[in-house]
Amino acid sequence: MANIDVESEVQGNVWKVEVTVGDQVAQGDVLIILESMKMEIPVEAPAAGRILELRVKPEDSVAEDEVLAVIAT
Amino acid sequence: MPGPFRKLLVANRGAIARRVIRACDKLGIRSVAVYSEADAGAPYLAEASETLALSGSTAGETYLNIPALVDCVKRSGADAVHPGYGFLAESAAFAVAIEHAGAVFVGPSSRFLEMMGDKINARALMTELGLPVFAGSGAVSDLDAALQAAERIGYPIMLKPAGGGGGIGMRAVRDADELSRTFSQARKLVAAAFDDDTLFLEACIASPRHVEIQVIGDGKGGAMHLYERDCSLQRRHQKVIEEAPAPGISRKELDLLATKAAVVAGAMNYDSAGTLEMLRDADGKFGFLEMNTRIQVEHGVTEAVTGIDLVATQIELAAGGRLPEQPPLDGFAMEARVYSEDPRTGLPSTGLLSHFRLPDMFGVRVDTGYAQGQAVTPFYDPLLAKVIGWGTTREQAVGRLLVALKGLEIRGVQTNIPLLEVVLQDDEFLAADLDTGFLDRRRWLPHR
Repeated sequence: MANIDVESEVQGNVWKVEVTVGDQVAQGDVLIILESMKMEIPVEAPAAGRILELRVKPEDSVAEDEVLAVIAT
Repeated sequence: MPGPFRKLLVANRGAIARRVIRACDKLGIRSVAVYSEADAGAPYLAEASETLALSGSTAGETYLNIPALVDCVKRSGADAVHPGYGFLAESAAFAVAIEHAGAVFVGPSSRFLEMMGDKINARALMTELGLPVFAGSGAVSDLDAALQAAERIGYPIMLKPAGGGGGIGMRAVRDADELSRTFSQARKLVAAAFDDDTLFLEACIASPRHVEIQVIGDGKGGAMHLYERDCSLQRRHQKVIEEAPAPGISRKELDLLATKAAVVAGAMNYDSAGTLEMLRDADGKFGFLEMNTRIQVEHGVTEAVTGIDLVATQIELAAGGRLPEQPPLDGFAMEARVYSEDPRTGLPSTGLLSHFRLPDMFGVRVDTGYAQGQAVTPFYDPLLAKVIGWGTTREQAVGRLLVALKGLEIRGVQTNIPLLEVVLQDDEFLAADLDTGFLDRRRWLPHR
């Protein structure tokens, strides 16, 4: 059991949030879709687990390396 | 006849805004630049005769905001508007709004924007005018219609949005099974991206070359071509390297196609600069893809081999001017698009340009909207600069482009320059063994 931070690889805006707190996710599931420089950037679950925290909502702007969500494995 | 313009508003930003301002200076027209909050301090603003601020930073709030832009046209008293490329360049609604505001839209009449904006319409029109078109369908209203059409065309097929462009919402489908599984999802995606969820099918051409013909028309049936550009080097349907002439295809074949394109533009009474994008299959057969009713990002390649100032020509045509004389094809030009991105993953890279130095060399042209000290933000596309090398041979053009890229010093963001340098020295690339899958087929840079 561990908590894993899901971080943004880019500076951009949150376009869609595909999960809610409490959801079980598999490794590689798309959690959030970011938009930066006219590109859609899917943020995938780095490991299987349960969504413990969601720190962003659609239209939020995010910085590089910002924690977007936390997964409990 | 609108007559010469006094003041032209540029409804765009960055490199193309600068390019249009330069054309205005040459023609003795005052220029008005508009800018978002994120673009305050951008170099194009210092070069314009006047500037007007737009509130907000996102494209939707600013360069896509028709009421705000129309308001700028009225406030500035501009009698012409150049939309550049991207943003509202192909928006018929914008062109109409500009006309209603009493100014001239520098681009084709809105009916051409509408006609070519609907890809099914465009295909039908080009077929009628005698341009080669690959097998395809009209609108497919449901899965059954799609399956029937696909059976007739033959798999693999491309499923495409009628109102789309730039590769958005497009997908290749291998067989009936995959079509059945993906059709409704594809339609949902397209409905989310565009106003129109109409889909159609087109034959999926394996490993095509992308060859496009630059045309200009005077709206009175007069039209000419300015040869072709080969834009086969793409990633995610975005062009990366463009060149003219198209290498490895006979001049006779290309001239025949270009002449046909000019005839089509004339028959349509097309009244500005436009591009007929074509694919060429492995057997050398061409087929119409779409018509871009605007100045292209890669227009500088054509300018380099024809000596024609395409942007000034657009402005003159909009003012009722005449077509230039048909220029001869002069030498070879190759453009590399320098993107602000991780060259290995293609992920966008944002940051402050702590160092930004452009090469200054004979036979090299650099178009950029950036300068040292400026921020590269997530709000707009990742294009940092367009670098064009010209030479009397393709080898010389490639060589100059390569040296220019080495001399382009950028710090503060990551760029695709390392990738461009490897590609420009690749044997297959130098042998002009090109197709649109070329860049994606290989890993160009070693893992970190």
